Amino acid sequence: MSYVFIVGAKSDIAKEVARVYAKNGYNLYLSARDTSELEELATDIQVRSGVEVKLVELDVTKYKTHEKIYEDLEEKPLGVIYVAGFMADQDEAQEDWSKSLNTINVNYTGAVSFLNIVANDFEKQRRGFIVGVSSVAGDRGRKTNYIYGSAKAAFSTYLSGMRNRLHEAGVSVLTVKPGFVATKMTEGLDLPEKLTAQPQEVADDIFSAQQSGHNTLYTKWMWRYIMLIIKHIPEFIFKKMSI
Amino acid sequence: MSLNSWGMYPQIDNKKITLKTPKQIKAFIDANKEIIPYGNGRSYGDSALNTNIIYTKPYNSFLSFDDKKGILHIQTGVLLSEIIESYLPRGWFLKVTPGTKLITIGGAIASDIHGKNHHVEGCFSECVEEFKLQLPSGEIKSCKKGDELFLATCGGMGLTGVILDAKISLKKVSSQFINQTTIKTKNLQETFEAFEEYKELPYSVAWIDCLASGENIGKCLLMVGDFCDDGKLKYKEKNRLNIPFNFPSFALNNLSVRAFNWLYYNKAPNGVSKQKVGIDSFFYPLDSIKNWNRIYGKNGFTQYQFILPKEKSYDGLKEILQTISGSGKGSFLAVLKLYGKANKNYLSFPKEGYSLALDFKIEDGVFELLDALDKIVLKYEGRIYLTKDVRVSKDTFETGYEDIEIFRNLRKKYKMDEKFNSVQSKRLGL
Ligand SMILES: Cc1cc2nc3c(=O)[nH]c(=O)nc-3n(C[C@H](O)[C@H](O)[C@H](O)COP(=O)(O)OP(=O)(O)OC[C@H]3O[C@@H](n4cnc5c(N)ncnc54)[C@H](O)[C@@H]3O)c2cc1C
Repeated sequence: MSYVFIVGAKSDIAKEVARVYAKNGYNLYLSARDTSELEELATDIQVRSGVEVKLVELDVTKYKTHEKIYEDLEEKPLGVIYVAGFMADQDEAQEDWSKSLNTINVNYTGAVSFLNIVANDFEKQRRGFIVGVSSVAGDRGRKTNYIYGSAKAAFSTYLSGMRNRLHEAGVSVLTVKPGFVATKMTEGLDLPEKLTAQPQEVADDIFSAQQSGHNTLYTKWMWRYIMLIIKHIPEFIFKKMSI
Repeated sequence: MSLNSWGMYPQIDNKKITLKTPKQIKAFIDANKEIIPYGNGRSYGDSALNTNIIYTKPYNSFLSFDDKKGILHIQTGVLLSEIIESYLPRGWFLKVTPGTKLITIGGAIASDIHGKNHHVEGCFSECVEEFKLQLPSGEIKSCKKGDELFLATCGGMGLTGVILDAKISLKKVSSQFINQTTIKTKNLQETFEAFEEYKELPYSVAWIDCLASGENIGKCLLMVGDFCDDGKLKYKEKNRLNIPFNFPSFALNNLSVRAFNWLYYNKAPNGVSKQKVGIDSFFYPLDSIKNWNRIYGKNGFTQYQFILPKEKSYDGLKEILQTISGSGKGSFLAVLKLYGKANKNYLSFPKEGYSLALDFKIEDGVFELLDALDKIVLKYEGRIYLTKDVRVSKDTFETGYEDIEIFRNLRKKYKMDEKFNSVQSKRLGL
């Protein structure tokens, strides 16, 4: 059975994505900077689903290593899912350049570096799928998190261009835009219940959108309409707002 | 956002911490006094509620499986549904399962749940080989069958500490289908006779029309069965219907209950009939409707479940069914079940006899009716199931459970009573 490669497998969303693909019979490459943190998940998935799980050490910000890591994979994956993400607090990122840079690198530059390699391979093989987990925060810059948002905006644009390019080769590209998700990152925040997705819901949505070849996925679905409205608020009003 | 239990009554403001590591739970225990573990909130009453809650469901890794012995090692938040999904296709099933698969391993142990096969397999604790328990001191103990902490924790409603992970044994099956026989009876006498006649079969349960009166008291559909032997293990859950909001309270009045019972009872053929059904419809008919608890409206509901010793069951049930049908307050479902012998756990519910479970919407007059039912239960030497309870009095409760003092003393010995408490344990002085 084919392998799916998950970049940034440590997060709550990634863990559920990995479980869903395994449940549906895919073998997995799980990657993170420190793979010892993935051992429990790998065991979990093997005991649950009986698929093959391999761990790959990958730091998305160490661009020079990417080519070799991909080449060394014994079996090339059928799909790659980029879940790695980093959200620095806006105030801290404003003050501290290293935080801004890390936000940009994890959410955007690292993705471009790794996915370029993947895209070239998939295009040559004329098969495969790429999924990028971006964010609704990239749909419009807001004062409360525009550094993170702008990196996600760049990532979304990158994915849409790649979709355009790879379509002809029969390679699908899915852009995922989660709204609020109940994860470690958001624990303690008071999020509106109806708009907050569970990681498992997000993962199920991703699996079915990817399998049916969709282009963009908002999860939960209401976010598509919420962001549609937010995107269309005229700038002269928007700049006075605090949302 | 506060966590509720399945009955949505009472609603208690609470702060929750998600179980990630035992170390972080120790800090939480040290910092707080009133704590109770919470699984998936499928208990109906107030046993998983308090001002501080340890939310265990996300602590849900599978750790290992021994396929020679069929022993699965999992963390406490794993749902029974996850085990079925992973292992039924490989020919393994739970030895004991309740009427919903959406409960955690922690909840299954803490309530020492029982299934339709109690008369054959006993409670969930029978298939628990060992588990790890985090005590109020933060210390983690391995508990094995026979240990006092095992006897107290199985059925102990989260009052002995946090169950972290468990080894449970699964059983081999060769199909995801059940050969079911449905027997339609006309009254309680026939119902009892049918239970006896079919007791060799491992699974049995009866749906009683508890609004029937006079001659027809105790008429039921008895469903019995066992796994097929057809090798068909491909298992996929059906899509679920969702009830997206609370029904207005007038939606579930006496009339709609009557209509439901009438339909349910009449759709089955008379006498004895046979069907082949999937495990979901046999074991978990209610799970196919997500959030069905919302049909009772926003005031919530409660389930009243009691058990009577076998020799007193007939008279006791008759009196109880008469009282209910006389009150006009009806239950959407009333489930009657025959049980085998009691185990040694201090607070486990089952004992040899018959148990009835009924749902009641929270409304005026309900608690008075249930108090009246309590008296009958005591008169016939029965007891009440803690995981469904939200209102029983301390006296009524104590009378039913002989080992209650052993449980209390053990709580004191380990200082559990100073940390682990629920709204229920305080009401009952557990
Ligand atoms: C439709 C339906 C059908 C049912 N059918 C049956 C049936 O046939 N037989 C039966 O016996 N029960 C039945 N039940 C009741 C249900 O099985 C129990 O209430 C079960 O304990 C719920 O598990 P949970 O994970 O949701 O736990 P919760 O409801 O969250 O908690 C239940 C109890 O377990 C404790 N607990 C939970 N996790 C832990 C942990 N990790 N460590 C220590 N304590 C813990 C809590 O403190 C609480 O006291 C049914 C419930 C429903 C909704």
